[in-house]
Amino acid sequence: MSSQLEVSDVSIAYGAEAVVRGVSFALEPGQIGCLLGPSGCGKTTLLRAIAGFEPVRQGRIALHGVCVSRPGLTVPPERRRVGMVFQDLALFPHLSVADNIGFGLRRASARARGQRIDDLLALIGLGRAHRQYPHELSGGMQQRVALARAMAPRPEILLLDEPFSNIDAERREQLAREVREMLRREGVTGILVTHDQLEAFAMADAIGVLGDGALHQWGSGFELYHEPVDRFVADFIGQGVLVPGRVRDRDRVATELGELAGQRPHGLPIGSLAEVLVRPDDVFCDDSSPIRAVVVDSAFRGAEFLYTLRLASGVEILCMTPSHHHHAIGAEIGIRPHANHLVAFPRRY
Amino acid sequence: MATGGPGDARRAWPWPLAVVSVALLLSLPVLVVVGFVFVPAGEVWAHLAATVLPDYIGNSLLLMLGVAVGTLAIGVGTAWLTSMCRFPGRGLFEWSLLLPMAMPAYIIAYTYTGMLDFAGPLQTAMRDWSGWEYGDYWFPEIRSLPGAALMLSLVLYPYVYLLTRAAFLSQSLCVLDVSRTLGQGPWRTFAAVALPLARPAIVAGLSLALMETLADYGTVQYFGVPTFTTGIFRTWFGLGNPPAAAQLSAMLLAFVFVLILLERRSRHRARYYHTSQRHQPIRPIELRGAAATGATLACLAPVLFGFALPAGQLALWSWTVADSALDAEFLRLAANSLGLAAAAALLALLLALLLGYGRRLFPSPAVRLAVRTAGLGYAVPGTVIAVGVMIPFAWIDNGLDAWMRQTFGVSTGLLLSGTLVALLFAYMVRFLAVSLQTVEAGLGKIRPSMDEAGRSLGYRIHELLLRVHVPMLWGSLQTALLLVFVDVLKELPATLILRPFNFNTLAVRAYELASDERLAESAPAALTIVAAGLLPTILLSRSISRSRHVEPT
Repeated sequence: MSSQLEVSDVSIAYGAEAVVRGVSFALEPGQIGCLLGPSGCGKTTLLRAIAGFEPVRQGRIALHGVCVSRPGLTVPPERRRVGMVFQDLALFPHLSVADNIGFGLRRASARARGQRIDDLLALIGLGRAHRQYPHELSGGMQQRVALARAMAPRPEILLLDEPFSNIDAERREQLAREVREMLRREGVTGILVTHDQLEAFAMADAIGVLGDGALHQWGSGFELYHEPVDRFVADFIGQGVLVPGRVRDRDRVATELGELAGQRPHGLPIGSLAEVLVRPDDVFCDDSSPIRAVVVDSAFRGAEFLYTLRLASGVEILCMTPSHHHHAIGAEIGIRPHANHLVAFPRRY
Repeated sequence: MATGGPGDARRAWPWPLAVVSVALLLSLPVLVVVGFVFVPAGEVWAHLAATVLPDYIGNSLLLMLGVAVGTLAIGVGTAWLTSMCRFPGRGLFEWSLLLPMAMPAYIIAYTYTGMLDFAGPLQTAMRDWSGWEYGDYWFPEIRSLPGAALMLSLVLYPYVYLLTRAAFLSQSLCVLDVSRTLGQGPWRTFAAVALPLARPAIVAGLSLALMETLADYGTVQYFGVPTFTTGIFRTWFGLGNPPAAAQLSAMLLAFVFVLILLERRSRHRARYYHTSQRHQPIRPIELRGAAATGATLACLAPVLFGFALPAGQLALWSWTVADSALDAEFLRLAANSLGLAAAAALLALLLALLLGYGRRLFPSPAVRLAVRTAGLGYAVPGTVIAVGVMIPFAWIDNGLDAWMRQTFGVSTGLLLSGTLVALLFAYMVRFLAVSLQTVEAGLGKIRPSMDEAGRSLGYRIHELLLRVHVPMLWGSLQTALLLVFVDVLKELPATLILRPFNFNTLAVRAYELASDERLAESAPAALTIVAAGLLPTILLSRSISRSRHVEPT
């Protein structure tokens, strides 16, 4: 059984400039993947190559085991059976909501077409919007119509290009969850492109972090956060600070915060200088602890405080604690590190 | 990021080549005229410079000054009243203030001349009422430079009105409210915030009105005010000196060029003047009593004097001469005019589609520059275009004729100049911009992602053109046709110079009859032109009232 989508060693270039370099990953049927990265990292280009709008310079893209892109071959988008939701939605303003959704269903009988439109409108919770026109709908509603239009012909894969960028930040995560639920119910395999990690966490089963055209890591949100494979991923996902230390043995590093241990070996030579990733949620306030730090800054976030703490050596770390631990700026407090995952990189000079 | 034109077509070259060729061809007249700057014109030029040139420059400047004052006063005043105040008749004035746009300046000039003549209705009534005789009283002479400025202001102020009003309406209430919370009253807010914010739009509207002023031939010729356009005519036909006429044209172009720069710059700046994201419609100031009456009268006057009165007079004249004037000759004129305008509109639309899609599919710097160049013709006065068309076409005709006679002993005669080809070419130079602008606006609404959405839903490119582009462009295509159609119908100077021998149009006939002081007889043709001019005006006012109902939230 072949994967629903298989991207193997794909490179894409505009002229001499490589935008995507040697990217490989695969998605199984029904899985939702995400390409996550800062703007300009090549994620949208990769998505457009999967859709068939950009040729590949190297490698191959296969849908359901059929090669659709390789150097010298680009099956045009209209023959790939891909659905795409665009950043600007691109709803046809001259067509009603029903006609927009039915646009890709021209080969279906009128009856089947009407049925599919009804089903999709029900799925997106706009059962009565048949005759309305896109400009009469709110941003979130237009978003759902664009989604329904892309899903209508039951594509092999659904591509979503920053689909929530026009939605208010507060609504974004919720909408991402709703969309995930809709895709689940339709059994669609999908790929989301975004620069927003919360959106990615909310929607995707597997996330690929792209930086400068290369795929740094492919894994779940949990893995990316707790086990980043390199500094780029560690820096891009979540918050955290690299604290200097020296490797003690195969799974322990000595730092100013004490000896930090993880569940798996870090692979660095024993005795070498290293840096350990300390997340805000790895540090706890404990007044009885001998490790002392001074509160430099604090940000109240409702359920928790995010403190910036300065250690004796001058290194600053972040600490997230429940909001009943209240300390004034300048106060000296005791802290205790606690991490299940040790993430260490060789020290940079 | 490359926004994909239809993938493989990207490497096709005939289309960009066609775009560049069209643009080059259309810029030929301007290039010819500018090229003559370097040709010594000898004594005639020296003679012109010593005698009439200062008059041309002085009069053109004075005329522009007069029109600037007139259009600003009427245009900004009415725009402010209709967008920021509430008074009786505001809804009516919002669109009827555009009506004078339907009235070509030369036609309103003939009409007022007839109305204010010694034998006209006004002076006759005055004499009947007072018992005065000829010479007993003073009456302003309309056929003068101030008269011309007044006529032009009455029909050109809508440019200023339209753009200024749009600017006022796009100003968010927020900025105006900020001014109020900082302790400024409503009048002070207008002067210190609303007006400066609208300034780029006002300047853009004014420069359009001034371009039309420079291009005007019919009014100044009829009023006997020597300006550049009449000077070019006189130098060509009176003195028989095309090079000198071309040099005068080049000088006129220099004036136009300044206006183009002014307009471009203002429009560019106007874009940055939308400061607030959230748009709240303006809460109008309620006018009462004398203020309300004053506002109503202030808005009524331009509509009355710029449209209702002259149109009524034309209708009256047409009625009196209906029996004799509406003959087979008139029908032939109308058929000529309509046919010519329709052909020009269609041709302009095809070229606009060629250029518009060219820029969309092959956005190379050369193509973009070509499309931009082709869009500049709207600013070039018809007289200048006529000169720039006549000179090269006559040269080609003569050269071809001589060569054919030498080689084959056959005379080809005039193939280009003095034929409809020359006329249509001149119309393209001047009016392609109109349809190009409309088509590009329509194309701009079809974002590249819509093409891609269609393709990802299984449509091929030609199917997309039919299912998405045609329906979305339909309105723009119709508008483009209509606008060029009406512009060609109204056009006078280029038609006058370039039309084939014995080929007449409504505009030319109206001009000829009026020049012979047969004002009443010229009325049916003039009225037909005004009626046609109403169509785009109605279109504009409809889009205005629609934009008022769908306020962005």
